[in-house]
Amino acid sequence: MTAAPPAALAAPGSRSPRRRRRGDPLFRGLTRAAAAALLGLVVTMVVLLLIAARPSIDAFGWRFLVTASWNPVTEQFGAVTPIVGTLLSTAIALAAALPVALGIALFLEEICPGPLRTPFSMAIELLAAIPSIVYGMWGLFVLAPLMADHVQPALQATLGRLPLLSHLFAGPPMGIGMLTAGLVLGLMVLPFIASVSGDVLAMVPRQLKESAYGMGATPWEVVRDVMLPYGRKGLFAAVVLGLGRAIGETMAITFVIGNAHRLSASLFAPGNSIASTLANEFTEADGDLYLAALIELGLILFVITFLILGAAQLWLRRMAQPEAGR
Amino acid sequence: MRRLLVTLVALAALAPLAAPAATTITGAGATFPYPIYGRWAYAYQKKSGVQLNYQSIGSGGGVKQIKARTVDFGASDAPLKPAALEKHGLLQFPMIMGGVVPVVHIAGVEAGALKLDGATLAAIYLGEIRQWNDPRIATLNPDLSLPDKGITVVHRADGSGTTWIFTNYLTKVSETWAKEVGNAKAVSWPAGLGGKGNEGVAAFVKRIDGAVGYVEYAYALQNRMAYCLLQNRAGRFVAPTAESFQAAAANGDWAGADHYYLVLTDQPGEGSWPITGASFILMYARQAQTERAQAVLRFLDWSYRNGAAAALKLDYVPMPEAVVRMVERTWTDQMRDAKGQPIWPAR
Repeated sequence: MTAAPPAALAAPGSRSPRRRRRGDPLFRGLTRAAAAALLGLVVTMVVLLLIAARPSIDAFGWRFLVTASWNPVTEQFGAVTPIVGTLLSTAIALAAALPVALGIALFLEEICPGPLRTPFSMAIELLAAIPSIVYGMWGLFVLAPLMADHVQPALQATLGRLPLLSHLFAGPPMGIGMLTAGLVLGLMVLPFIASVSGDVLAMVPRQLKESAYGMGATPWEVVRDVMLPYGRKGLFAAVVLGLGRAIGETMAITFVIGNAHRLSASLFAPGNSIASTLANEFTEADGDLYLAALIELGLILFVITFLILGAAQLWLRRMAQPEAGR
Repeated sequence: MRRLLVTLVALAALAPLAAPAATTITGAGATFPYPIYGRWAYAYQKKSGVQLNYQSIGSGGGVKQIKARTVDFGASDAPLKPAALEKHGLLQFPMIMGGVVPVVHIAGVEAGALKLDGATLAAIYLGEIRQWNDPRIATLNPDLSLPDKGITVVHRADGSGTTWIFTNYLTKVSETWAKEVGNAKAVSWPAGLGGKGNEGVAAFVKRIDGAVGYVEYAYALQNRMAYCLLQNRAGRFVAPTAESFQAAAANGDWAGADHYYLVLTDQPGEGSWPITGASFILMYARQAQTERAQAVLRFLDWSYRNGAAAALKLDYVPMPEAVVRMVERTWTDQMRDAKGQPIWPAR
């Protein structure tokens, strides 16, 4: 970083250098304080969660992470079902949202006629503004019946007949369960992934694209060989952003996931996620151990999010290295 | 003009401060009696000007809030054990009674058509009976043709007093249930899916063909759901009605119940509805703010004495006169202000 060019100092109307110098430390101090406050907040949160989860950590230890029982009567708690539910619903959401979001972004950047671009991208950003409880209601009253009456029977009649896949689509088609929850989540993260991917793809230098077109590449070839490789870092970041939103989503999931503490191989079966368990049970948990177990769930969600974001950072850095050496 | 506006705004802001502090009393807890508490509070406010702010956050929440002393009274559908009450210095007394009702959604089966007994209901909730045309259901319903359809069990996802009453009944009628699941506000459900609140369960049952759930009676009525007949201890199949709740409630031996710890499920009597329960109020025996405590007691006293008609209209069962007298004697004998003086009857 070099200092501002001297010409700027002498520009008419600018403040005197001395006053600028007084402003700088203040600015630095303020930004540092803001950053430190954020760090302090995160550390405090972890410490408080650890303290509040202490009874559960003492009682169950590592077993909490590997047992699936969740019995408030005998006060035996294990986190496997909500952890699996959280990861599975997030995975379904990303699997459903990513192709569509990429398609939307590419369409907007490459194919969409100019005048239509603004209404389309506004529509996508509007999706992001819908409150999550509305997605939940929509999931319960519109999507769930649709899934139960059409999608799930169709899946059972086709993919459900294949030997291994049949386990995934077993059970009565209720319309409520892991698959529906994942799809609602997917719809919720779609606008985030789409709009960030759109921004990323818009940053691909025009010269690169035009030289590819100049060499006779078709739009598909330009997308595949120029735009996606160029923007992969940003696209990855878009996915991570969507993931971050999906993993902690609470209200919409609670409506459609079925809220059952049971592990099942079937995507049609009801399950739960960490966030939905907290939403359902936190206000009513009256045993100390029960409450501590719920708080430990919150801590686990925190750690999972941290690990995923950390891994994403690492991967991004590794992806950046060969490019720097290019 | 501008000054007038400023004055008006200032007055509006000051108005709540000017009124005496005891005009708002606060309570939190059970969702089951919320409709009737709301009705009583409305009528009482019109008469006395005292406003009740009741948050129906659930029984467990009510217990937690009163322990944290954030409210004047807590409300719970599950009675607290005498030991727990004494540990926290709390008093408990019954306020209102009502019924929990199993509801089904089976194409072609209307309200009151399906008959179940306790053992069968428990077996369904245990996941042992999985089809509606199971012989155990068929023998109870010889005149009903039940479809070859899977049963989807719906239960509460949140901890709930309604669940406490329901599982209390199942614990009494099924040994397997008592051994494997038990009686609590939240249990480890062997089967099915969970809805949040009575309305969540109602929504799932209405949504899923082949579903069975349990809700507080008023929700079954309001949503026009197909309730079931249940076989009671006397061997009779009864419908959930205000009369059958009353018949069960009439058995309640409140005088013999320590700290009013009494459960009304599976009561004897020809006409008794087997899943009946009472909803309780929790207050501290030692009240620091005499005025506030008296305002709460005055409201409760008014509701006991003038609220029966409204309760019956909403299909609750009001507490019998004798129990009310007993409860008020408990107030006089056990509730004290900061100086150790009795606070009831209020001047």
